[in-house]
Amino acid sequence: MTTAAAPTHARRPDPMTPVPHRVIERRRETHDTVTLRLAPTGSALPPFRPGQFTMLLAPGVGEVPISVSGDPTATDGVLEQTIRVVGAVTRALTGTPVGGVVGARGPYGTEWDVPSARGGDLVLVGGGCGLAPLRPALLEALAHRAHYRRVVAVLGARDPENLVFADQMARWRRRADVEVHVTVDRAGPDWPGRVDLVTAPLAETALEPARTVALLCGPEVMIRRCAALLLDRGVPATRVRVSLERNMKCGIGHCGHCQLGPLLLCRDGPVVPYSAAAPQLAVREL
Amino acid sequence: MAERSTPTLAVWKFTSCDGCQLTLLDCEEDLLALTGQVEIRHFLEASSRADPGPYDVSLVEGSITTAEQERLIRQVREWSRVLVTIGACATAGGVQALRNFADVEEFRSVVYATPSYVDTLATSTPIAAHVRVDYELRGCPIDRRQLVAVLSAFLAGREPDLPDDSVCTECKRRGNTCVMVADGTPCLGPVTHAGCGALCPTYRRGCYGCFGPVRAPNTRSLIRQLRVCGMGDAELDRVFHTFNAAAPGFASARGETDEPSQ
Amino acid sequence: MTDRVAVIDHSALVELVGLLHAEGYVVVGPTLRENAIVLAELDDGDDLVSGWGVDTEAGRYRVVRRADDAVFAHSAGPQSWKSFLHPARRRLLSTDTSDGDLTVEPEPEPSRRMAFLGVRPCDLVAIGVLDRVLAGGRYPDPGYTARRDGVLVIVANCTEPGATCFCVSMGGGPRAPAGFDLALTERVDDAGHRFLVEVGSAAGEELLAALPHRAATDADLRVADDDLADAAEHMGRAMPEVDLRALLVDSRESPHWAEVASRCLACGNCTMVCPTCFCTTTEEVTDLTGEHGERWQRWSSCFDLDFSYLHGGEVRTSRQSRYRQWMTHKLSTWYDQFGSSGCVGCGRCIVWCPVGIDITEEAASLTALASREVGT
Repeated sequence: MTTAAAPTHARRPDPMTPVPHRVIERRRETHDTVTLRLAPTGSALPPFRPGQFTMLLAPGVGEVPISVSGDPTATDGVLEQTIRVVGAVTRALTGTPVGGVVGARGPYGTEWDVPSARGGDLVLVGGGCGLAPLRPALLEALAHRAHYRRVVAVLGARDPENLVFADQMARWRRRADVEVHVTVDRAGPDWPGRVDLVTAPLAETALEPARTVALLCGPEVMIRRCAALLLDRGVPATRVRVSLERNMKCGIGHCGHCQLGPLLLCRDGPVVPYSAAAPQLAVREL
Repeated sequence: MAERSTPTLAVWKFTSCDGCQLTLLDCEEDLLALTGQVEIRHFLEASSRADPGPYDVSLVEGSITTAEQERLIRQVREWSRVLVTIGACATAGGVQALRNFADVEEFRSVVYATPSYVDTLATSTPIAAHVRVDYELRGCPIDRRQLVAVLSAFLAGREPDLPDDSVCTECKRRGNTCVMVADGTPCLGPVTHAGCGALCPTYRRGCYGCFGPVRAPNTRSLIRQLRVCGMGDAELDRVFHTFNAAAPGFASARGETDEPSQ
Repeated sequence: MTDRVAVIDHSALVELVGLLHAEGYVVVGPTLRENAIVLAELDDGDDLVSGWGVDTEAGRYRVVRRADDAVFAHSAGPQSWKSFLHPARRRLLSTDTSDGDLTVEPEPEPSRRMAFLGVRPCDLVAIGVLDRVLAGGRYPDPGYTARRDGVLVIVANCTEPGATCFCVSMGGGPRAPAGFDLALTERVDDAGHRFLVEVGSAAGEELLAALPHRAATDADLRVADDDLADAAEHMGRAMPEVDLRALLVDSRESPHWAEVASRCLACGNCTMVCPTCFCTTTEEVTDLTGEHGERWQRWSSCFDLDFSYLHGGEVRTSRQSRYRQWMTHKLSTWYDQFGSSGCVGCGRCIVWCPVGIDITEEAASLTALASREVGT
């Protein structure tokens, strides 16, 4: 007996079932942030695009959305994820030793769309752990460096101890083809670098606003200030992209937790053009 | 799994009826499994064993009503990595916190044959008024499933699932028909913290709030509806004046019962 | 060839339940339980409610004895079909770490086929809304689609809408135009107790063929048309005739939210009874060894404080922001997210709100405030 009323849906792999991944490398970034390299024990997840995230499962503890921070040009199926401890799940994930197994599903969400900056200037602004989702974007741009004019990275943290990817940052700074500004909100006397908000170097950077694509990730207040500054300088709001964060339980648009007004951030984000984000960020408690 | 030493557990009693500790003993099979996973080092209700701390987890029953208890709870806090209060006495002061709204001296002289034997503070206060509390298990008594869930969460390194939702969400998830809307039975479910599994409404009784208030309960609005259900001033006063009378969310409700019905 | 439109009597309806059981269906339909007409699995046709209606108002629901033995002369009850398609609590998967590795076992998809008997047109629209949310995107929920795909739908068109019904103003109506296997329109009068049956699928046609029935006459069709047209005229409530989608977005900073918040209990009842509210949260369960874990999903509500928790605190702490989120999502941002309204006008949120907050009244208040603003 067939039923006309009921649609027949194609059977696909369960999007809520995590794929086991073994921790093959564990790198401490800061006192509370760790980068894990995760190799699938079976088949790998589909390749990710810069800006996307996965849902990582610490067995028995829970699951959280984490941005992919690795190299998008790598083809080994290894996931690289940078995780800051903010609760029990992130504590369990960052505490997983090499050889331990976690679950991962994804990748989900929108990407930075770095190629859209080809022929123009690319500006990345990251604060604190916000550098994690920007790293793949920078790596992608550097892998195709000739396609871009200026590549500028403005990276900030509360203090020098909270700067992630320090080694890599040092390597980037030595390159002539990428302009790297590192700044911290506060530092002791032995910090040789700049003490300032990320908006300061951003304000000074030479830009051709109409041909600039800016990618922002960090605390919401940082995003709003940097975006306002870029808009003031004439960068169109559609070419300023921001990565937003909300509570997520499923990552696939079914749990309803990540709503920000009309946006389901797991699906319509995390990367959103500032033109779409600004009206939502302007409303309190949305 | 990495090797780990067996976590230690202690159970403490302050001013209370022991009912919540009995809930732990009621866990039976789960308790047997638990003793394989944790070392119970201090649990006078079950055993005379009282080994010194430190402890990984302390379950604390009862409220603080004497000066000696004020000292002991600070000690317990120092000895315990994680401190979980269990039951309305520990989380809100219990029914004995009714004294907070009255004159203890008067009670002492009226109730007891030899008032001088009674050594008590003027108030019954929750544990959290004295020391930092990591997790609260609400209820009079606590819910057995929640207790086992909190202990298994602790063993797995997980944040325990103790949502600050209303009893209504549990009631609806069970598929119950609302007693207030369908029967006109007064019910505190909308302002009461979940965790009991909507026990009373499942048996067609109104919730009487033994799990205490949710955060920021709108008791003023509920009281208007309780009046529609036929509750008068005295009943309204009484319904918020039980095991969680001193919990701020319910204590303030008593002032709102004076409002005339619309 | 069977008639596409026929008439059956009450005994044939009772027989239909047995027929569905014989076909292997779990039959879910309206039955009287305690003080409400609930949706539940029917053991046989006699479990169907008979001779009861309901009297609904904001925050109030009473079953009332009817003079006749009508089966479908009642408006929406405390649950919806959501309970059967998107259960309140379900296991998603099990994990095992006992051998040092991680084994993930997804929950087997349910295999039982359900027949929904007595689906109201508003609820049929609601099932379509759930379809778009849970099965229409890039990642269909396999648990949902497994439950949904086999469902046989028997609609009961509404001849007696309730005081809290407003499907017409949400673009629906008391008659389901399509999307069913069979659709019934009940009539009790001097000529007897009978149901006009419209066939919507081959499955429906086979069922009808197996039941005692007669061809519908022009008079039968006319009576049903008249009854349903009459029902459309007798909705107890109506949404204001404005662009609700724009109204809600434009009202984000309205002072009215604070006023609603003075009444709202933030108890989440409206979301639980809503036939389209789909939000869930997950919970992890482990045994005391920690090696065997399960992940469960349960209904959750945007009225829960925890719902918007982000490390550091909740985004929507005030009650007014949570009520605004719910109502705005239902009537406005749902379009952005899923291409339709999230409200179908069933009235459940009005009835089952313990303090009787009425979404149509709140929409009217917002409309009045908005027009006053424009006027000044």
